[in-house]
Amino acid sequence: MSANLTAFAYLVSAVLFILALRGLSSPETSRRGNIMGMIGMLIAVVVTVIRPDVVSYEWIIAGLVIGGGIGTATALRIQMTAMPQLVAAFHSLVGLAAVLVAAAAYYNPEAYGIVDAGGDLLVASRIEMGIGVVIGAITFTGSIVAFTKLQGLVSGNPVTFPGQHLVNLAIGVAIVALIVWFCFDLDPRIFWAMTVLSLVIGVLIIIPIGGADMPVVVSMLNSYSGWAAAGIGFTLENTALIITGALVGSSGAILSYIMCKAMNRSFFSVILGGFGGEDTSAARGARSDRPVKAGSAEDAAFIMKNAGKVIIVPGYGMAVAQAQHTLREMCDELKAQGVEIRHAIHPVAGRMPGHMNVLLAEANVPYDEVFELEEINSEFQTADVAFVIGANDVTNPAARDDPQSPIFGMPILDVDKAKTVLFVKRSLSPGYAGIDNELFYKDNTMMLFGDAKKMVEDIVKAL
Amino acid sequence: MVVDPFIFRLAIFILAIFVGYYVVWSVTPALHTPLMSVTNAISSVIIVGALIAAGPEGADLAKIFGFVAITLAAINIFGGFVVTQRMLSMYKKKKK
Repeated sequence: MSANLTAFAYLVSAVLFILALRGLSSPETSRRGNIMGMIGMLIAVVVTVIRPDVVSYEWIIAGLVIGGGIGTATALRIQMTAMPQLVAAFHSLVGLAAVLVAAAAYYNPEAYGIVDAGGDLLVASRIEMGIGVVIGAITFTGSIVAFTKLQGLVSGNPVTFPGQHLVNLAIGVAIVALIVWFCFDLDPRIFWAMTVLSLVIGVLIIIPIGGADMPVVVSMLNSYSGWAAAGIGFTLENTALIITGALVGSSGAILSYIMCKAMNRSFFSVILGGFGGEDTSAARGARSDRPVKAGSAEDAAFIMKNAGKVIIVPGYGMAVAQAQHTLREMCDELKAQGVEIRHAIHPVAGRMPGHMNVLLAEANVPYDEVFELEEINSEFQTADVAFVIGANDVTNPAARDDPQSPIFGMPILDVDKAKTVLFVKRSLSPGYAGIDNELFYKDNTMMLFGDAKKMVEDIVKAL
Repeated sequence: MVVDPFIFRLAIFILAIFVGYYVVWSVTPALHTPLMSVTNAISSVIIVGALIAAGPEGADLAKIFGFVAITLAAINIFGGFVVTQRMLSMYKKKKK
């Protein structure tokens, strides 16, 4: 195959990848889109393997078999509630792969045709390689930290220390200086120094970000993995990689933007981290001992049975309790009794964008009963019951009414406008933002204290 | 006057960012998780770089890096596409 034909085949792959993303505009077209993505990947791999300079296949086959086996087995076994961790783990692999490919290109630039007349790595390629390896390394360690937080291996609390931003800044400046130096001097110590510093900064920029900001972090790392791929694409002069990197990079950036907007926080403040720290302690101190109305599963069952319309508001707590299947049973039971059921999903419910939608889909909830914030918010006024399960801050009316609140301005689901609010929760403890939820003390709120799954099971029994 | 091929690649890159921008905004929020897993899979097209590194005869450092990168990217490609397909097959419409 000539070089031109190979390049054309890469272009075809890139177009198929665009169509794969395009397919996700609706669930009906999404499966076909995913198949197109697979075909695109197959084309890219095949045309690379049949290149004349690829002559030894043992390692390639071994790598594909080992990696393919691990990847497939993991993908088939993983629980849907663990999807954020899985995606974070996958991001780290893309990051590490980018670093390794850059290192391979560094040690054997002839294979990639990126040497000048003297046999040295081209200067332009050095910059691209530097940028690719830096972003790749940050993606790698940053994703590992995100993974350990999501998996619960370390506490989700922000880790901050004095002078943190200064240290980060110093390392950042050092990395830029090393990339510049690398343009003049090909010493491997420089290459590895910038790699190691990037690995360190990857850890440092993610540790101060709290557990509930994870939707932003996961999206951000998704974006980084794309830019890393694009950077390597420039080094390798490969259009499939450049286009794909740009697609993934902008995809992650858009998701980060959507997540930040849904929390009414600037991207910058998320990156600087430490949310839930000192700035919210005042609100926490103001927690009162006002009375709340608590109810039993039987009460909840009675109220919902007699309701015309119930809106379910799921949150991360539902995922933790694995309550989605029982919840669906409850909804089926209510539907059988003539109650209209809808689900309302806040953009930051869960630990990654769209997390709740996947869990509900897993529990066989039809997607046309699941609505986004803007679509459903006006309907709470006409709903008899808002059933909040595992969500908290995204329902706090303070975000709408109290300018003093740290979450003021964040778009919320107006559950308090429903006739009755049933709030499933373990205790009265505040959400991740560390602020008390006004909703608990409203006259029309009934708290259902207990484990989400257990509570829903009891309601199903009572129905 | 000759234009450096880098400029062409840069043009492709920037136009692709725009394509990505419009395509991703049209993705329904309900499918944002599959979007992340599929972008994960496709960004592992970085495997082409790894294949070139692992392709030549012999066994030097570059080849070892290439082999490890192939393995990691393959985990992502297979894992990403399979888990996306698994998720997408769960999205069902209401039975009429």
